[in-house]
Amino acid sequence: MRLSLLALLAKEPAHGYELKQALEQIFGRAYPSPNIGQIYVTLGRLEKDGLVKAVDVEQSNRPNKKVYYLTAKGREALDAWADEPTEGPRVRDEFFMKLVLAPMTGVADRTALINRQRRHYLALMRDLNELAERTDRGDRVALLLIEGAMLHLQADLDWLERCQEDLP
Amino acid sequence: MSPPPIVNTVNLVRIYQDGGVPVPAVRGVDLKVEAGEFVAIMGPSGSGKSTLVHMLGGLDARTSGEIWLDGSRVDTLSESAWALLRRRKIGFVFQFFNLVANMTVADNVELPALLAGASPREARERREYLLGELGLADRADAAPAQLAGGEQQRVALARALANRPSLLLADEPTGNLDSRNTRDVLRLLGEVHRDGQTIILVTHDARVASLADRVVSLLDGQIVDDGAVGPVRRRPRASAGDVVELRS
Repeated sequence: MRLSLLALLAKEPAHGYELKQALEQIFGRAYPSPNIGQIYVTLGRLEKDGLVKAVDVEQSNRPNKKVYYLTAKGREALDAWADEPTEGPRVRDEFFMKLVLAPMTGVADRTALINRQRRHYLALMRDLNELAERTDRGDRVALLLIEGAMLHLQADLDWLERCQEDLP
Repeated sequence: MSPPPIVNTVNLVRIYQDGGVPVPAVRGVDLKVEAGEFVAIMGPSGSGKSTLVHMLGGLDARTSGEIWLDGSRVDTLSESAWALLRRRKIGFVFQFFNLVANMTVADNVELPALLAGASPREARERREYLLGELGLADRADAAPAQLAGGEQQRVALARALANRPSLLLADEPTGNLDSRNTRDVLRLLGEVHRDGQTIILVTHDARVASLADRVVSLLDGQIVDDGAVGPVRRRPRASAGDVVELRS
């Protein structure tokens, strides 16, 4: 979230609530809606690190609001982020640990684990299908996020199949 | 008395011979499918999925065991009796589409309905509906060879449903489709299923399998899991946000 906020602030200075609204508007229903508390905590940390600064803007009838803007150091951090490839998924899968360790230690049977996990993945896929159906055709960002989740889930299922074939 | 299941297999076995060496593909499958059920068959390649549905459609002979369709024993039928049964009761979508090359798309789709005794008008209306649902209305007059692989596969699905068969069998029906065409196929499968169509399909596409009422998993020719795709076991939610978060 730090870098999404920096990116939004590179466009124009904004206060916390505007940033929340911008994230919701761009990513739609497919993105975990950030809560305002998280946003203010993150902005506070960015300010402490010198990446953003805040100015108080007076409002009539209301307490002052803080408008944040990007510092030169913040701009550097954002450029570095944009220039780096993003880390791919790492196989540090909790289910895999369970699958390997549970039968060794007598906690659970491997076939039962695989069957339960397969049903769970398929239930998740059904949810994603329904969500895609409910999502507006024009909302490309949200639909692409859903499709990405589906492709990851398909890969998890394919991998589950490989485990089923190759684990003794 | 409740109606018989659409499909019932009893200790079904298929063993191939490979240079004198017996290779078991299906090893004792008992599978009951009731009218109106949508069953997905999953499993690694070589687990016997395709062999199983081919046997259910009479396209491969069993080595031992029994197959009952709609209350009648069928594993003992002759080839010609099977051909008649398929024409009347079974729609089949293959991995490779088997369309008739010198007929138009429209005629390919209408043919099974006409053979089964539908009037030309009924056959045409059904064809128009199916091709429309699959985004192929404007390809009706094309020859199969003029279509891309994904289009041919959708035509094959339309043809298999033309007849409103008692049983739709399909082997990887989305194998050649990109994700947009897959969505059309999913929508049509969901629709005919809601109208009562019984479906058994082999797939490793989780989007397809997740539509099914029931998923049967095969491993080494045997059923290792058979059950409903239940609801996700965690708190209900209103948006995909949590899905994306969980997957990230």
